[in-house]
This record gives sequence, structure tokens and C-alpha cells, in this order.
Amino acid sequence: MSATLRHAVWVIRGNPITGVAVAGLSFLIGIALFAPWIQPYDPLASNVQMALQPPSAAHWAGTDQLGRDILSRLIAATRLDLAIAASAVAVSFVIGAVIGSISGYMGGRVDRVVGRIVDVFMAFPLFVMAMAMVAVLGNRVENIIIATAFINLPFYIRFARAEVNVRRGAGWVEAARACGDSHMQVVLLSLLPNILPAMVVQITLNLGWAILNAAGLSFLGLGVTAPTAEWGIMVAEGARFILSGQWWLVAFPGAALMFTVLCFNLVGDGLRDVLDPRMRT
Amino acid sequence: MSEYLLRVKDLHVEFTTRNGRVRAVRGVSLALSPGATLGIVGESGSGKSVTAYAITKLLDRAGRITGGSIEFGDSDLVSASYEEMRRLRGPAISMIFQNARGALNPIRTIGQQLVDALSAHRRLSKEKQQERVLDLLAAVMLKDPERILRSYPHQLSGGMCQRAMIALAIACEPQLLIADEPTTGLDVTTQKTVMDLVARLATERKMGVILITHDLGLAARYCQNIAVMQEGVVVETAPATQLFGSPQHPYTRRLVAASPTAHSTLDDLGVDAESDGVPSCRKTLQSPRTSAARPLLTAKDLTKDFSGFRAVDSVSFDIAPGESVGLVGESGSGKSTISRIISRLIDKSQGSVVFDGHDIGDIPASDFHGSEFRRQIQIVFQDPHESLNPRYTAFDCIAHPLRRLDRLIGKRETKRRVEECAERVEFDCALLTRFPHQLSGGQKARVGIARAIATNPRLLILDEPTAALDVSVQAVVLKLLDRLRREEGLSFFFVSHDLNVVRMLCERIIVMASGRVVEEASSLELFRAPQTAYTRELLEAIPSFDPRRMREIG
Repeated sequence: MSATLRHAVWVIRGNPITGVAVAGLSFLIGIALFAPWIQPYDPLASNVQMALQPPSAAHWAGTDQLGRDILSRLIAATRLDLAIAASAVAVSFVIGAVIGSISGYMGGRVDRVVGRIVDVFMAFPLFVMAMAMVAVLGNRVENIIIATAFINLPFYIRFARAEVNVRRGAGWVEAARACGDSHMQVVLLSLLPNILPAMVVQITLNLGWAILNAAGLSFLGLGVTAPTAEWGIMVAEGARFILSGQWWLVAFPGAALMFTVLCFNLVGDGLRDVLDPRMRT
Repeated sequence: MSEYLLRVKDLHVEFTTRNGRVRAVRGVSLALSPGATLGIVGESGSGKSVTAYAITKLLDRAGRITGGSIEFGDSDLVSASYEEMRRLRGPAISMIFQNARGALNPIRTIGQQLVDALSAHRRLSKEKQQERVLDLLAAVMLKDPERILRSYPHQLSGGMCQRAMIALAIACEPQLLIADEPTTGLDVTTQKTVMDLVARLATERKMGVILITHDLGLAARYCQNIAVMQEGVVVETAPATQLFGSPQHPYTRRLVAASPTAHSTLDDLGVDAESDGVPSCRKTLQSPRTSAARPLLTAKDLTKDFSGFRAVDSVSFDIAPGESVGLVGESGSGKSTISRIISRLIDKSQGSVVFDGHDIGDIPASDFHGSEFRRQIQIVFQDPHESLNPRYTAFDCIAHPLRRLDRLIGKRETKRRVEECAERVEFDCALLTRFPHQLSGGQKARVGIARAIATNPRLLILDEPTAALDVSVQAVVLKLLDRLRREEGLSFFFVSHDLNVVRMLCERIIVMASGRVVEEASSLELFRAPQTAYTRELLEAIPSFDPRRMREIG
């Protein structure tokens, strides 16, 4: 294990931006974990006298139209948005990896049927499909997670299928069967651990996308509803005040969103380098 | 102008890796006259291929020549520019690569590639080109040249690709041909044709040849001079007869001793204890099991069809308890298919497989993991590296069948059993926590064998278990297998294309060709008096040397 770690350090040293992104991501995750303890004010407490205050010593990111502290709302939103993205990606990863692996391992008719169903799904505009799902199921956090997970699923199925497909003829797969594994055990206990590293890259890159997706739904009013602190809603509400010069309502949640997505993408690229066998010389 | 075609003096090659510099070649000197064949032999990692790549200056980016000279004719290749080298490659120096199918361009036909090679250096008219291409294919004795010209590499067999590769290499009539393991992965009969061809071209065209190989028999048969390499250094250079008759250097002696010949027995294979034998933690010997009178396994009229193609055609044989039966044949003869039917990894189309009085042929392969016979029939796979799960440690690999088939759950009991298996195959218990890529070839082979014997099977199917190993490691593994068989009363079904290896380990040999049994006889009989033309051809194609005979000549 220490060899893997040393390898990771070696790769990151060659690409310091990845190191910066890892630090940024750790910072965000720290904020998400400790949000209730570090937010200076209650993110939902309004105070009309203090409405639309620019950034100051008391309110670092200013206040919004209801006088709520934007920094506190940003911190609370980090927790919610990361949670939504992580759950959605976890759901699509687990289901997608299992379906994709089985399809790739079995090949033949099962593979063809699964492949065509995935093709059909990917022919839809996926974001519109997510909007429709939330509209039908209702504006609740669970439904945003389900919708986001659902539109991610085809990518995971395809990815797992391709990774398993190139390995299913390997000697160790046959050996596992001689060791007494059933086909199902071969897929779940031998093949899945082997495609996991590649899927971790996919997951990391996908997390950024899932956050954008959740924020996008909320921005359009199809996600988390009004008083809750969420980046998409904050941007949507703040957009009304740009013209009157209260830029901080939009700028801070927008920047947070951009920073988070950027971190995930950079870390994903870095992980890809760490796992790339060509880097292992 | 010197009398030598090529003179390498004190060549040094270094590779820059993240773990610092690796000195792959450390002071190699070689000399080659026109028309002569020089063999470079050595085991994997000895630097023989790197030497060849250095001569053609096709080293990868991390590698560079750090010292010495390579005199080719009047020029020194070390200081030659990229442009000069480009002019030399093809008409002056050419190379046959190890994996022909991989070295050919998959999206261009053989004809196009030959034309490319010709037109890179010479201006020829269309008709002349066509004529020359057909000549080349005739020279490498490819039948039906018109069809070959229009074929893509994937449409040709391994042997045909190899010949096409040779045709490419000699297209511009080079003075020096470097053949890097040109016959790895080819059948013995194909190997003989390919090598005879290279030898003939060498004499006809006064072409110097450097043959890089790990097969001492091959080097003995085709080379006048042989250089033995170990860890980047040439340890001995001598005429072939002298080298095999009276090897001087200890490493050469060890290599010669480890190479199976037509007459050697397992005991003859010298094994250096330090080379691979690792100390085991505890020595426990098992008492041999008592054997019954009826055959352990009987296969009757086995037939296997793959979508219209009959891979195995009514093959029958039996294996007695404690007996070792060899199955030999060239690639495509159906021997691997039979081993997989017997080990119940695939289903037969027709026929029966009776194991210890029970018909196991009718249990579908997809359900066999639940059968009580799964633990009694185990298999050791061809490539020890490829057959170990890269995400499993050596411990997990060996524990795998114990957990599944012996339903071991307790941590301590599993650990005890795994260590016991490791000891049986003399695998160092300290290495159990390592992953396959952290183990050497011989160690991986041991893990594969330990895994197969973990459940104390009665029949062990060995599918070319040493094909991917160096000769000295092969010798150790063969001895280990033989000891296991005697101590544990195992029956072996040994599948291989290497007749010498099979002869040493098996009492009885079955020869297969295109899905049918051609001949079946005791090992002694088969080697002394082969009954069929096919077996005779197979035996004659084995390149081997006999140290005793070499001594007489030398």
C-alpha cells in the first residue's frame, strides 16, 4: 500500500495543480462536515433591517434581500450540495457497476439488450429528463438525488461494461472459476475490484457534474425549494439584484460552485494520471 | 574496411527511471562477420534485447547509449544522426521483432506494407514493385502469395505473420538482420521452417544475422558463435559446439544444465539452489495416498464444436490414479479445449467424462463450482502472471479455493492452511502479502501451483505451466511438480507443446493434431520409435543440443 502512496506522491509532484486541487477539495469536505459548527449565523434567520448589506467585517460575504448572512448560507449549501452529489453518484455507481459488469461478463443476448436500453436512454436530452422526473415526483431532496442518479446511470453501465469486457477472457477469471466461484462471484468478487480504480476516476469527474446538475435543477425552481440554503437557489434569487448593483448575492455562490466543480475535475484528472499504467515506469 | 560486418565494443546503455538510473547493458562487445550467425542467449532481463535495440538505435526514449562504439562497415552508429540511421535501417540493418502480429500495421494489407518498405528507400515502377513483392513472398515460402498480399495481419496465422515480417525485414536486402526472439509463440514445426528460412537467406545473401533467444537448443542449431548474457554483461562468447560441450562460465554451465534435451531426465536438470529456491518456513511432508485399480478419469469420444468448427473430434483416453499423462500438439490441435473440458470449465458437445466412477461430463460447467468434484480436479494455468488476479495478494490467491471449496471461514485456520500450501510449493511465507506484480515469474508459478493443490485435488491439469518461464525457473518448477506428484499421489494431465518437458514428467504421451488423437504411447516408446509421420516431424523439429554429442564434435 505504501508503494501506491509513494507512486501517488511521485505523480502529484510532477503535476502540482493536482495537489492544490486535493487541498481545495479537502477544504470543501471539511466545511461540509463541520458546517453547523462553523457557520457564523443561522443561515435561515432573516433580519430585514440588515437586508442587502455589502461584504463587511460582520458579514464577510454580505447579506441577501432578507438580511440573511450569505457566508453562513454558502457553508450550509456546501453541505447540502456535496451530500446530494455524493448520494446521487453513489447510487448510480452501485447500480451501474453491477448491471454493466454482468452485461459485460455475460455478453451475448443480455449484453445486447442492456446495450440497446442504454442507447435509448442516451438518446434523450438527459437534463430535460431529470427536470421531468423532479416535476413528476415532487420537489424533494430525495427526488433530486434519484433524478441525478438516473441520468448518470447509462454512463456507469457503459463504463463498467467496457472495463469488464476486456478482462473477462483473462486467465485469472478462469482460475477463479476453477477455485469454485460461480459466475456471479467471479463478477462481484474478482472482476469488480479490478475495474474499481478506473471507476474512481469516473466517479470523481462525475461528482462535479452532479453538483452542477443539482444546482441547475434548483436554479430552475425544480430542485430544493426556497428558504433552504443551496447554491442554485442562491444564484437564482440573487440574479434579480445584479442590475441594482448588489453583485455579492450572485458572485459568491457562483464562485463556490465553480471552485467545487473545478476541484473535482482536477482531482479526477490527477487520479487518472496516478492510475495510468504508462506512468508506472 | 574491417573483416567484420559489425563490431560492438564496450557498449553501455542506461535507462532513466523514477528509481534512478538502470544500467541495462554494461560493456558488451560483439563481432559478426558477413554471412555468419551470432546467437545472443540469456534469460529475461539479461539485456539481450536492449543490445539489439541499441544497435538499430531504436531504444525507447528513456534509454540512451552512454559509452562504447558500434562499428558497422566504416561508420560508427553511436554518433550517427537520426537521418543517417534512417537511411541505414532497411537497406543495411533490419530487424525481425518478437511479436510479428503486433509489429505489423493492423490496418494495412501485407502487400501495402511490403510496398511501403520498398519505396521508403528505392524508386521503382509499379510493375517492378509488384514483381519484387511477389519474389519476397516466394522467398519466405508463403503459399498463395496473391491472397497474402491482399490480407490484413489478423487474417493470417502466427507463422504466416512471422514470415511476412521476415519478408518485410529482407525487402531491402539488408547486410545485417537482427532477429529478436523470432519464433516465440510459434509451434516447433513452424519454428523450424521460419529458422531454416532465415538461415538459408543468410547463406544465400551473405547476410549477417544476430539471433536473440532464450532457447539454447535453437541457438545451438542455427548459430556458429554464441554470446551468453547475464545482467547486462556478456559472460562468455564461444563457438556453439565448444560452448555446449564445455561451458566455461558458471552461469553458462547453469543454463546448459537447466535446458531439457532429448535425453535428459529431471535429475539431470541442474538447479541452482540460490537462483530461485526460497527457504520455506516449515517442512511438512505428506504421505502418498493409496491408489485404486480403476482409472481415475476416463474420457470417451469427447467432441467439441465451436459454432460449426469441430475443435475436438471423438477423443478417448484414461488416466490411472497417480499416473502422469502428457498431451502434446501444436496450437489449434484442440489440446487446450480438452484440458478445459476435463477441468469442467467448458461443456463438451458429445462424449462422456467419468471421474472416479461418476459421470461428471453431464454437470453443466456453469454449475460445476458447486460440485463435490470441483475440489478434486484442479488446474494450473499457462501464464502464471496472467492467471493471478492483479488485485489479490498471494495469500488471497491461495486462500481463494480454500474459502470457496473447503468453506474455511476462520482467520487463523485459513492462515494455517495457506501457509501449509505455501510450504508445500516452497514459497516463502514472508511473500504472501505481496501482489502478483511484486513477485518474480518463478514465485508467481509457485502461487499458481499452491492454489491448485490447496484443496488436495486428485487430478491436476497442467496447461503449459512453464511456457512463460525462463529455463532455469522452468527446471525448478518441473522438479517441484514431480516431487508433489510423488509425495501426494497426484495424477497429472500435462498439456504442452514442448515434447522434451512432457517426456521428463509423463509416463504416457498422447499426440494430437487438428482435434484428433494421432498417437498414444509410453514416453519411452514414443521417443524411441514414433509410429506416425506427424510425431516424427514433431520430434525432429525440436531444436536441442546434446552436450555429450557436442563434446565429441568439439
